[in-house]
Amino acid sequence: MDSQDNTLQQRKKGFRAWLQDFIAEIPLIGWLLGILGAVLVEYFLGDLISYYLGLPKIPVLFGFLTVLKKPLLIPGTAGYLILVYGLPILIIVKSLQKPANKLAGFLDKQRVTVAALFHLGIFYGALHFWADMSDYRLLVIKLTMIAIMLTLSINVINGYMGEFSCSHPGFMALGAYATSTITLLLFADDKQFGAALLPEALGLYFFPLALVAGGIVAALGALVIAIPSFRTRGDYLAIISLAFLFIVKSVIENLEFMGGPRGMSSQPHYSTLPMVFTVMVLCIWIINNFVRSTMGKALNAVRDNELAAEAMTVNTRKTKIITFMFGAFWAGVAGGLFAHVLRYVNPGSFGIQRLAEILAMVYFGGLNSVTGSIVGAVSINILSEALRPLEIYKWIIIPLLLILVMLFRPTGLIAFTEFKPKELMKPKQIRVEEK
Amino acid sequence: MALLRVDNMTHYFGGLRAVHNYSLVLEPGHIVGLIGPNGAGKTTIFNLISGIHTPTEGNIELAGQNLIGHQPHEIGAMGLGRTFQNLLLWRHMTVLEHVKMACYSQLGYGIWGAFFGSRRCHREEKRLTAKAMHLMETFDVDRFSSQLAVSLPYGAQRRVEMARAMATNPKVLFLDEPTAGMTPDELNRMITIIRKIHKEFDVAIFMIEHRLKFVMELCERIQTLVFGEVIAEGTPAEIKNNPDVIEAYLGKEDIG
Repeated sequence: MDSQDNTLQQRKKGFRAWLQDFIAEIPLIGWLLGILGAVLVEYFLGDLISYYLGLPKIPVLFGFLTVLKKPLLIPGTAGYLILVYGLPILIIVKSLQKPANKLAGFLDKQRVTVAALFHLGIFYGALHFWADMSDYRLLVIKLTMIAIMLTLSINVINGYMGEFSCSHPGFMALGAYATSTITLLLFADDKQFGAALLPEALGLYFFPLALVAGGIVAALGALVIAIPSFRTRGDYLAIISLAFLFIVKSVIENLEFMGGPRGMSSQPHYSTLPMVFTVMVLCIWIINNFVRSTMGKALNAVRDNELAAEAMTVNTRKTKIITFMFGAFWAGVAGGLFAHVLRYVNPGSFGIQRLAEILAMVYFGGLNSVTGSIVGAVSINILSEALRPLEIYKWIIIPLLLILVMLFRPTGLIAFTEFKPKELMKPKQIRVEEK
Repeated sequence: MALLRVDNMTHYFGGLRAVHNYSLVLEPGHIVGLIGPNGAGKTTIFNLISGIHTPTEGNIELAGQNLIGHQPHEIGAMGLGRTFQNLLLWRHMTVLEHVKMACYSQLGYGIWGAFFGSRRCHREEKRLTAKAMHLMETFDVDRFSSQLAVSLPYGAQRRVEMARAMATNPKVLFLDEPTAGMTPDELNRMITIIRKIHKEFDVAIFMIEHRLKFVMELCERIQTLVFGEVIAEGTPAEIKNNPDVIEAYLGKEDIG
């Protein structure tokens, strides 16, 4: 009797409430399975469906590119999106609701790492098949994941610690060049460094070490900025770090053995999807661990009131320097991956425009928030790819969006939240009745 | 042996002499008050002892250790906890995070433990949470534990700040105007709380306070500071009747 009343009430609330309830009952694992299912549908039936809908080929990036170029294909693309993504996800999610919740309940009792790995495995599977369908997708995914790392690492400095650092592209460049130098020197036959010193087969295993080396070089660069600028407070860091960015760029431009302005090319093909994915997950995991610990919360204390932090026994100077190096380290690692994704790197790609992109992603997504960084990086990246056919107008739409976000949510879309993997993976209650 | 001893401390801000020949002896378990008109240099004395400024001359010792030249965070870890006149709370942090943060020097894990979420790190976090909960109960702010500290009522914010100061495990607690802006009700509550922590945690307390009623009731000894110099020191009764103090506060008595 009670539940009948409730369903009646729910109907009255309309579609939105129904959707909310629907979403509230699906655990994360259910969604991931749904996405995997949809991707598999596309993988096996995509060509067929797009053929019958009159599309020239499967819409690569959710149809944005097709639609913006040929508006006549809008109905076909919409149909494709519904048939390939919408319906399969809904059907799978709904039909697997109970088993997915059971599975989530089971995983909830395991250690967080085990549960997280399980989720990530499914997610990676979906990404893998999705990216397998076109090289363009693969590239976009890799660059997006690198952008997530960059955004997250600058968020640690600009968001969590509240300093304004502008040298992230510089750190990225340091990492990219250091990693490239190592891999080119050791594992590749190329113009700059000649024949490979070690057998090429070892390269892929050494690559993580090369990335770490790139990160360490970037962190040392950060130390150079940190020592003078953290003696003072205020805008000095912004100015010094901006100067550092230009210094790094012009030094690299003038180093002939690193290719000068022409850059370095023919890096080995080491930034594979699993590699980038694993490094990104590690980056998120480590940064999230750090910012959630009391040691990492010291960053917030330093930002909100340094004097109080110091009086409460926080070593503010050490905290600031270590955090700055930590952020730079991940920027360096991201740079190393970036160089091996494009398999080409030149000083021009680490200029002020890259800085603007990174800052846009952080402030769009939200300060002081891991989720925000991920959302910001993904949405700005995908958006700028999707709007590519608009050419120059793209640079009107994206800044406009940023301005709107700044107006309505000055700290970004999802700011000042904690990213709790355990909560995220929890099984959802199937609500029979609500209060 | 005195717990905190300040000898002939003098400090200049440029050409301005803010503190002159200041001395203090604080015995374990004592409560000493520092009163004086606005701008007398009371907070400067707090800042000098807690290491925010370095005195131009003089010597400071806490439990036999020399404090001159140490960073404020080191002095904090040596056992000097303090609150601030204008409530320096952290804007985006919850009450629990505030109290845990003050345990920074007692963290039993290093930076790598924090990065990789080591088992030790989790255990330590749990231990500190328990400690913080206990402190928050003592100061009656435990029900706010997951709220942002700045969103609390004023009196509760003061108590959070005191809980935070106590979390540093102080031997000496400095209170900078603990009753500023409080209603009489809150004032009485503060007296009870200070008595309670004095008894429970066995700390010596050194406080700046404007409300004479409050100081007279709590302190065993009172110093009166005018223009950076101590003009009178003694028991509350002595201070109350000291003509110099009355003059500093009310002006000269006209016996014409």
